[in-house]
Amino acid sequence: MPRGDALQRDEIPPGTLYLLILKSLARSGEMHGYEIADSIQRVSNDVLQVEEGSLYPALQRMLIKGWVIAKWGTTAGNRRARYYQLTAAGRKQLAVEMSQFERVIGAITRVIEAV
Amino acid sequence: MNWLRELARRLNMLLHRRQFDADLEEEMRLHLDLRQQQQIDRGAAPDDARAAARRKFGNVGSLREISHTAWGWEWLEQTAQDIRYAARMLRKSPGFAFVAIATMALGVGATTAIFSLVDATLLHPLPYPHPEQLVRIEDDLPGAGATDAGISIPEFHDLQRSGIFQYVVLEIFGSANLTGTSQPSRMQYAGVTPAYFAMLGVKPELGQTFDPKDQTPGFTLDVVISDGLWKRAFGSDPHVVGRSLRGDNDLYRVIGVMPPGFHDPGRTTDERNTEQWAALGFSDDPAQSPLRSARFPLETVARLKPGLTIAAAQSQLDALVAALQEQFPDAYPAGSKWTVRLVPLKENLVGNVRQSLILLLGAVALVLVIGCVNVANLLLARASARSREMAVRQAMGAARKRLVRQLLTESLLLSLMGGVAGLVIVFCLKGFLLRLIPESLPRLNNLSINWTVMLIALAASIAAGIIFGLAPAMQAGRLDLANTLHTEGRGSKGSAEQTRTRRALVVTEFALSLVLMVAAGLLLRSFWDLYNAPLGFNPQRVMSVQLWLPSPNDPKTDAYGTAAQEAVFARELLRRSRLLPGVQEAALGAEPSIPLHHERNRSALTVEGRQIQDTQIPLVERSQVTPEYFHLLAIPLLRGRLFNNADNETAPQVAVINQAMAETYWPGEDPLGKRVKLGEGRPGVGQRPTKNWITIVGVIPDARTESLANATVPQIYLSLYQETPKELAIFLRGDLNASAMPERVRAMVQSIDPELPVYGAQTLNGAVTASMEQRRFSMDIVAAFAVTALLLAALGIYGVISYIVSERTRDIGIRLALGAQRATIMGMVLRQGLGLAAAGAALGLAGSVIVSHLMAGLLYGVSPTDLITFAGVTLVLAAVALAACYLPARRAMRVDPIVALRYD
Repeated sequence: MPRGDALQRDEIPPGTLYLLILKSLARSGEMHGYEIADSIQRVSNDVLQVEEGSLYPALQRMLIKGWVIAKWGTTAGNRRARYYQLTAAGRKQLAVEMSQFERVIGAITRVIEAV
Repeated sequence: MNWLRELARRLNMLLHRRQFDADLEEEMRLHLDLRQQQQIDRGAAPDDARAAARRKFGNVGSLREISHTAWGWEWLEQTAQDIRYAARMLRKSPGFAFVAIATMALGVGATTAIFSLVDATLLHPLPYPHPEQLVRIEDDLPGAGATDAGISIPEFHDLQRSGIFQYVVLEIFGSANLTGTSQPSRMQYAGVTPAYFAMLGVKPELGQTFDPKDQTPGFTLDVVISDGLWKRAFGSDPHVVGRSLRGDNDLYRVIGVMPPGFHDPGRTTDERNTEQWAALGFSDDPAQSPLRSARFPLETVARLKPGLTIAAAQSQLDALVAALQEQFPDAYPAGSKWTVRLVPLKENLVGNVRQSLILLLGAVALVLVIGCVNVANLLLARASARSREMAVRQAMGAARKRLVRQLLTESLLLSLMGGVAGLVIVFCLKGFLLRLIPESLPRLNNLSINWTVMLIALAASIAAGIIFGLAPAMQAGRLDLANTLHTEGRGSKGSAEQTRTRRALVVTEFALSLVLMVAAGLLLRSFWDLYNAPLGFNPQRVMSVQLWLPSPNDPKTDAYGTAAQEAVFARELLRRSRLLPGVQEAALGAEPSIPLHHERNRSALTVEGRQIQDTQIPLVERSQVTPEYFHLLAIPLLRGRLFNNADNETAPQVAVINQAMAETYWPGEDPLGKRVKLGEGRPGVGQRPTKNWITIVGVIPDARTESLANATVPQIYLSLYQETPKELAIFLRGDLNASAMPERVRAMVQSIDPELPVYGAQTLNGAVTASMEQRRFSMDIVAAFAVTALLLAALGIYGVISYIVSERTRDIGIRLALGAQRATIMGMVLRQGLGLAAAGAALGLAGSVIVSHLMAGLLYGVSPTDLITFAGVTLVLAAVALAACYLPARRAMRVDPIVALRYD
C-alpha cells in the first residue's frame, strides 16, 4: 500500500526519489540513509533539496519491493548504522526508471525546444 | 512468485514489529546526529544545529508512521487496537456486557441447537453416499383405488433391465423371535434382494455383505446383522462371522456386521431399526412362473444412474410403462390406469416433519432477531451516554469512519462472545437436549454439532453483530459535534432520531413476539383440544405387553401352525395372566388392537350382495381380540352383542364393527346380520378375500384407538379364536406394578413356552402420552421461544420507557411544579408505553395471520384465525407491556420537582 503523501511535499517529482536512491546506491555500493542523502546533495551540487526524512519511507517501500536489502554495520565514527545495498531486482528497476525518466525528459525537451 | 516473496517480507515485518520500530528510530537518530555534527563542524551553536537538522529532516513522527504503514499492516493493527479498546469498554460495564452476551448466547445457542436438528433430519436425512440418487418406486393403480400397490416379479426384472437405475432392490420387513441367546427377544429383520448393500453404498464393519450379482433363488440362510444386534446377541465378538443365530427357530449364518449408525431407510421406526438382513432371490422360487398381476407387498428402492435427475428418470419410466401396457394388455387393463412413481427416498423421512421443523427454525430465528433488537436497543442507550466521548474523540481528529468501525468492532466482539458462549452451552447441554427430541422423530443420523452447524452459528453471530451494531454506529457517525460538546457535562441527551430508532426497535420486538405467541398459542390450543378429546376407551390402570409366535420356514417345527393349536395356547395365556399379582382383568388381541399403536392392518372389504366398484376398494382397519377386550378397555356396546366364548374356532365367524364403519358402509341401515369378507395380505390388487362370510353381530361407538386426531376410522374386530394372529398383545387391568410387570409377564409366558420373547411392555396412559410426543415437542419449544421473546420485548419496552422518563425528568418536574396531578404524569408515561405496544401488536397481528395460515397443517381442532388465541395473546402482551412500563411510570410520578429542576 504505497502512499505518496510525504513525497508530494518534496521539490522533486514523486517517484524520482526512487531513481535518485537507486542511482546513488548503484554508484557507491552500500550506504546508510545519511550517506544517501548527502550523496544526492553533493552530486547534484546542492541543487536537489530532498526533505531528508522522506528517504526513509521510500527506503521501506524499496525494501518491500525487494529492490534493496539492508544490513546493520558500523560507521567510521563507530556507530551502528543500517547499510542499504542494491539487489538484482533493484538494478533492473534502476534501468526501468532510467528509461522512463529519459523518455519523459526527452519529451519535455522536445516540447520546449519546438519552434 | 514475486508477490509471494513480497508477502513473506511483509509478514516478517509484522512478526518483528517492535524490532522494526526500534531499528527505524535508531537509523533516524543517527541521521539527525550526523547532520547536527556537520552543522556544528561548520560553526553553528549546538541548539541551532539541532534545529537545522530537524528542519532538513522533516516531521520525524509522521515520517516514522509513514514508514511503518508502508508495510500495509495498519488495518490489522487498528483492528487489534479496536478489539483491545472494545474489550476494555466491556470490562468497564460488566452488567451491560453480561446482558448483551447472555442474550446473544441464548439466541445463537437456540438457533444452533434447532439448526443441528434441521440439518440432520431435513437437510441431510440420508446417511448414504450420493443420497440424491436414491428413490423409492411406487406402483399405483388409481383405477382400482390402490396406491403403492406393491410390485410383481416381472416388473422388478423390467426395472432392472430398464437402464434407468444402477441398482433396483426389493425389500420386505418383518420381525422374528431371536433365540439361542441369553434371553429370547424380538428382532426386526428385512429380506432384501442381494444388491441392497451395494445400492446403499455402505461397507460392512466385519465380514462381507451380499454379492449384488448373486442369483440364488429363494431365501438364503446367510445374514448380515446390525452393530446393535452384534453387541446385544454376540457380545461384540470379533470372530462373529460364521457363527449362527436362530430366528423363528430357523438357523441363520452371520456373514457380516454393519457399522454403528447404519440404518435401513425405512418408513417406520421399526423398519429403520432393522437388525438383520437376509438375502432374497426372486429369480425363481418362491416366485414360480411369476405373473405380472401377482403383486407382492414389497418395498422397491433404487439408485438412479449417475447424472440422471428424478424428472428425467420419471419420463423414461413413463415411456417404459406405456410400452409394457401395450405389450401386456391382459395384465394391465386400461381401467386400472397403472402408473409407476419415483419418490425421493428422503421424502418419507422428512415429509411428515418438514412443517414442524420449519416452524421451529422460524421461531428460533425470530427469537434471535428479537435478541438482536434488544441488544441494539441497549447499545443505542449506551451510545447516547457515550455521545460525548465520541464527540471528543472526533474533535481530537478521529475519522468518522474510524469511529463507526470501532463501534462495529465492539458489537461484533459482543455477538461473537455471545455466539461462542451459546455454542459452549449447547455442547454442555447436548445430552439433555437430545433427550427432549421425541423418539418418533424420523432420523437416521446422529445429531452432531458439525462444521456446517458451527459455520451457521458463526454466520448468525456475525450477522447479528452487524445488525444490532449498525444503528448505534451509524448514529455515532452522524454525531452533531458542536451541539454535543456544547451541552453540559452529563452528556446524556440523546437526539430525537435516536429516540425514534429505539421506539421503532421496541415496536418490532413486540410485533415479532406477538407472532411467536400466536403460533405458540395455536399449538397449545391444538394440544389442549387433543389432550381433552374423549378417548372413547379407558387407558387408566391398563398395561399391554407383546409377544410373537414364531412362524418358521419349516412347518414341522411350527408349534402354533393351526388355529386350534394357537387357541389352546391363547386360553392358557389368559388363564395364567389373570393369576398375576394385581391383575383384575386380562384380554388378548392382535398387535393392531393395541390402542394408538402405529402398526396398522388395513384390509379390503367385500360386502355381501354389493358390487365392488372399480374406482374404490373399501378399506377397514382390522384386528382380532378375545371377548374380554371391550370390557377391559371400557368400550361399551351400542347394538347387538359383543364376542363371547362360544365364538370359537368351531363356530361360524362373527365380527364387531365400530360406528364409523357402520355409517360408512350401511348408512341408514342396520349392519347387524350383514355379511362381509376381508382381504388377506396387503390391500390392492391381488388381495384374496377370506373363504367364509363373516357375520356382523355388534356395533361399538367410535374410539380414538387408531389415532388421537381422528376418531372416525372404520374398524372391524374379529374373534381371536376364529382368526389367530401371530403377533399377540396381552392386556392387563388392575393395580399393576408398572416396573415389575414386564418381568412377571415374561416369566409367565416363558413358563408356557421358554422360546417366546416378550417385549413392548407399556402402560396405555404412556402410549397416549407418547402419541402426542411430537406435537408436544414442537409446542414446548415454540412456547419456550415465545416466552423468551415476550421477556425480551418486556425488557426492551422497560428500557425505552425508563430512558424517556429520565430524559424528561426536568420536563416532568416543571409540570409537577406547575400543578400537574401525579396520576396524570403516570398516565402520560403509561400511554407512551402502551402506544408502542399497540403499534407492535397491530403489526404483529397482521404477521400472525400469515404465519398461522402457513402452519394450518400442524393444528388440530382450532382455526388458524382462532379469535380466542389472537385476543388472548394480544391481552397478555398488553398486560406485560403495562407491567414493564409501570416501574418507570412510578418513578416519573415520584419525581421531586425541586430535585428535578436543580438537576441541570
